[in-house]
Amino acid sequence: MTDFPILTLLVLVPAVGALLVALISNRQPDLVKVTALLTSILTGGMALWTLFAFEKGDAGFQFVSQHSWIESWGISWHLGVDGISLFLVVLTGILFPLVIAGVDPHHDHKRYLAWMLLLEAGVMGSFVSLDLFLFFVFFEIVLVPMYFLIGGWGYDQRIYAATKFFLFTMVGSAFMLVGIIATAFLAKADNGSVTFDLVKIAENADFAASTGRWLFFAFAVAFAVKVPLFPLHTWLPDAHTQAPTGGSVILAGVLLKLGTYGLLRFGVYLFPEAAVWARPVFLTLATIGILWGAVAATMQTDLKRLVAYSSVAHLGFIVLGTFALTSQAITGGVMQNINHGISTGALFLLVGMIYERRHTREIAKLKGLQKVAPVFAAAFMIVMLSSIGVPGLNGFVGEFLVLIGSFATARWWVVVAAAGVILAALYLLWAYQRVFHGEPDDDNRSFAELKWKEGMLLLPFIAIIVFAGVYPKAMLDRIEPSVDKLLEHVQEHSSWVAPEAQTNEGGEG
Amino acid sequence: MLDLVWLIPALPLLGFLVLLVLGRKFGDPVAGYFATAMVGLSFLVTVGVFLDLMSLDAEARTEQVTTLFSWVAVGGLHVDLAFLADPLSITMCLFVTGIGTLIHLYAVGYMHGDSRFSKFFLYLNLFAFSMLMLVLGSNMLVTFLGWEGVGTCSYFLISFWHERESAATAGKKAFVTNRVGDWGFMMAMFFAFWAVGSLDYLHINGAAESLSATTATAIALFAFIGACGKSAQLPLYLWLPDAMEGPTPVSALIHAATMVTAGVYLMCRISPLFEVTADYAGTIIAIVGAATALFAATIAVSQNDIKKVLAYSTVSQLGFMFLAVGSGAYVAAIFHMVTHAFFKALLFLGSGSVIHGMHHEQDMRRMGALRKFMPITFGTFIVGWLAIAGVPPFSGFWSKDEILLAAYDKSIVLWAVGLVTALLTAFYMTRQVIMVFYGEARWHDAHEEHGAHGDYHAHDTEPHESPWMMVLPLVVLAVLSFAGGFINMPFSHETEKLATWLEPVLHPHETDTAKLPLALAAIAVSLVGIAIGFAVYYFKKLKPVEPKILLDGWGYDRAVSNFMGGPGRKAFDGIAWADAHLIDGAVNGTGRLVQATAGKARRVQTGNLRNYAAAVGVGVVLLLTWFVIVRGIL
Repeated sequence: MTDFPILTLLVLVPAVGALLVALISNRQPDLVKVTALLTSILTGGMALWTLFAFEKGDAGFQFVSQHSWIESWGISWHLGVDGISLFLVVLTGILFPLVIAGVDPHHDHKRYLAWMLLLEAGVMGSFVSLDLFLFFVFFEIVLVPMYFLIGGWGYDQRIYAATKFFLFTMVGSAFMLVGIIATAFLAKADNGSVTFDLVKIAENADFAASTGRWLFFAFAVAFAVKVPLFPLHTWLPDAHTQAPTGGSVILAGVLLKLGTYGLLRFGVYLFPEAAVWARPVFLTLATIGILWGAVAATMQTDLKRLVAYSSVAHLGFIVLGTFALTSQAITGGVMQNINHGISTGALFLLVGMIYERRHTREIAKLKGLQKVAPVFAAAFMIVMLSSIGVPGLNGFVGEFLVLIGSFATARWWVVVAAAGVILAALYLLWAYQRVFHGEPDDDNRSFAELKWKEGMLLLPFIAIIVFAGVYPKAMLDRIEPSVDKLLEHVQEHSSWVAPEAQTNEGGEG
Repeated sequence: MLDLVWLIPALPLLGFLVLLVLGRKFGDPVAGYFATAMVGLSFLVTVGVFLDLMSLDAEARTEQVTTLFSWVAVGGLHVDLAFLADPLSITMCLFVTGIGTLIHLYAVGYMHGDSRFSKFFLYLNLFAFSMLMLVLGSNMLVTFLGWEGVGTCSYFLISFWHERESAATAGKKAFVTNRVGDWGFMMAMFFAFWAVGSLDYLHINGAAESLSATTATAIALFAFIGACGKSAQLPLYLWLPDAMEGPTPVSALIHAATMVTAGVYLMCRISPLFEVTADYAGTIIAIVGAATALFAATIAVSQNDIKKVLAYSTVSQLGFMFLAVGSGAYVAAIFHMVTHAFFKALLFLGSGSVIHGMHHEQDMRRMGALRKFMPITFGTFIVGWLAIAGVPPFSGFWSKDEILLAAYDKSIVLWAVGLVTALLTAFYMTRQVIMVFYGEARWHDAHEEHGAHGDYHAHDTEPHESPWMMVLPLVVLAVLSFAGGFINMPFSHETEKLATWLEPVLHPHETDTAKLPLALAAIAVSLVGIAIGFAVYYFKKLKPVEPKILLDGWGYDRAVSNFMGGPGRKAFDGIAWADAHLIDGAVNGTGRLVQATAGKARRVQTGNLRNYAAAVGVGVVLLLTWFVIVRGIL
């Protein structure tokens, strides 16, 4: 089965679906919806198939498909997944059908769905590309549908937010494009010919320290914007707040992960020496982001903006783990990618449901919802606790691994960053109290209870939240080998020495 | 039975899951009895495990680990979901499930008629599960799972009547304050893993001797920060008095008998570390404990809310336990934890019975003479009072005496502070008993006043005794509060049953100090405290001294609130402002700069943005098509 081009299909099916949806007549709205839904379900099914067919102990790239594209430049259609990208592919595969089935854009369904599917193709492509050029193409494709989704189906300030999102990311991408081309040509000496192949460059290229650092910087800027890393984060609250619910879920769920994933795959893997060199900067910015995002979240008056700022804090943990460069920290970070996608995605869905009912996201205008809609409140509570990082739910495992893994190599950053867990409880519980506790006033007394359809939409999220919290091993076992391999690579190509099983004092013997 | 140890937490978890699905169907009172049965079964299993453990050699009792599955394992970190059944954890389990069952039963009566009756028991079962995970966990992470779980349940239950603003705020305050402590707990785990390479208690304690003093001190003191949060010690105690917003069974179970003792348990669990730590580690803990004990006792003297008195009393008694831990008397700490669980649960349930009988009146100034109306509640409350006041042979005397002995060995100052606290304890509890049960009935005017406010429905204003499911637990707990001390009598090694039982786990406190004079001193201060209480509140020979500053808890809570609401909030606002104006301002400023300098170009760019984007979109689809058709990739 390994010859079956499953990854190519993962990219092509949604792309073709987008084309089909675009071609279907406007007079057949049902056909449009069915086509879009089936396409996304098919993609999701294939993503799940990838998950189950994934060889657990194998650290390398699997389901690889490689075809030469522009031979003279060494550009190829090179796809593959390993433990680091596997669950991002699965998450993408799961989120899109849920959003397509569960969130109503209210107008222009056809265009909306076409953009959605194109977005899915772009995201999938980004996560499975092992060729710098190919990656760049997909990375840029992602921008376009997202821009239109925010601009076309968003709220009052949507044009401002969409433009800001676009320009911010484009600036980052400009750096990366230069970086990619420079990397390919500078690596020519070591590779024998020009190639954009990620694996070849990473394994063979031996950049001079200063060169590697400049190249790393070019990549890192693009990804830091995408994460977003403090202080490049201000596009995020605007984009999230103005995006339609479906857009927010995808944005938080998978788009931000392009940044954290990119830092690992195209930052640490390509330029280990530079990544080790830049550690203090990234650790510091990540730690500031954790606290800054949490404090800013606390003071937000708009529920959606609050969740957006919480993303800045949560993503800070991932960057912290990435640059702590230990097995637990990076594995925890990779897992946190998924956990954040699930928890924050679900939070955005819930906030969207509140907006559908009350046409406001102002915390001050909501009150006492738990009394009138206890089931809705319970769903919100579970997701919130997962986001706070209560053990037994998914959010805890990732953050805990990041922190405990980082302690050996970045102790003082951890001491500060761990305070983020206090703030996470503060901003979410305070918001919960204002929105759900108390006696509902007249405006909120008729707040409708969770509907069946909404419950079915949230159920997969809650199932994953509980499962990943109780039995994270299912994920960790698949992530860890690839992370360890990456760490070995870093140690071979830099002065880095990752701590082994620590027994710094005493120990078992 | 030993390999069935997992059933101990599993049964309440099952109860939680069943109630999650069927709770509303079961309704009032079936859901309550069902939840009670689950914890009761868990108690029976615990007894079985206890008997099994007794039949083993003393050494073998310390290493009974049952592993369910590998929970978190990455690199050198291996954390199993595993249980450690040893004398310490099973002692905890016995009183957690035992008292838990009684309080569940009590709550069936107390919560009768509440519109969220089944939800209450859902939370209560989840709490029991979490608490048992905390106690039984064989490593710090499983304990932390329970630790956070009990905190979350505590949050649910404090804000159980969430329509009430004060209840919602108190719940949030409890959670957030506890999280400050959790930061310490996490740091302790990080240090332990860094130094030992494991989070298992057996490994950490086993490696204690090879740790450096600095590392051991760091682990112990960071864990102590966590303990200060959970067990309501200075400076983090201030969530506990507010937690009285929850229904009274919750106050009894979570905020008196079980959850708040988790910090003491954690310190005992890692007590071998104290063999290695710097001396000041124990001293700090003892000082914090003694200071908290005295501080909270002075506040209890002026409280008028029947539950607030008991809340501050709990903080104070927990301080005693930490005084014991800091003095190296771990058995005394556990001993006092057990007796305190008996008599404080009894007192809380008794106060709940009073509140129930008084139709939700909590102000002691509007009570009085209740002994005639609630004879059983009165009788049992008296037992609790004598136990906490330290009158022999009631249980509290024995355990408190041991702590004072250890404190004396540590430092005479700590002993003196403990003695003063004991006097205050006897005094404020006497005050409470007299205000509630003796004197004139003061509730008539109170009810007229309430009637005017329209707070209450028409009902007979006479207080009444509570139903059997509330009275029965009171009686059982009264027996235990009386006799609980007999498990560890200081006369000889044979009579120190608890110490012998715990010895494989907890290092015994060795002493040459003569016990009798100290015991006599302790008895004397108890009696003096009671005598002063009677002189002031019963015979009214002395004027009561209840300064407002004590009613306000020395103004500490208000100072913290003012800081949080004032400078703290301003700082937060400042950061939010900086985010919007400085960072984002810089972004927008750059944008405007580009606009201004680029003039016409700006319009072109903005106008083309959509087209450009659309072109890329179309381009992509064409590109992909080209891939498939021209290059024949599929």
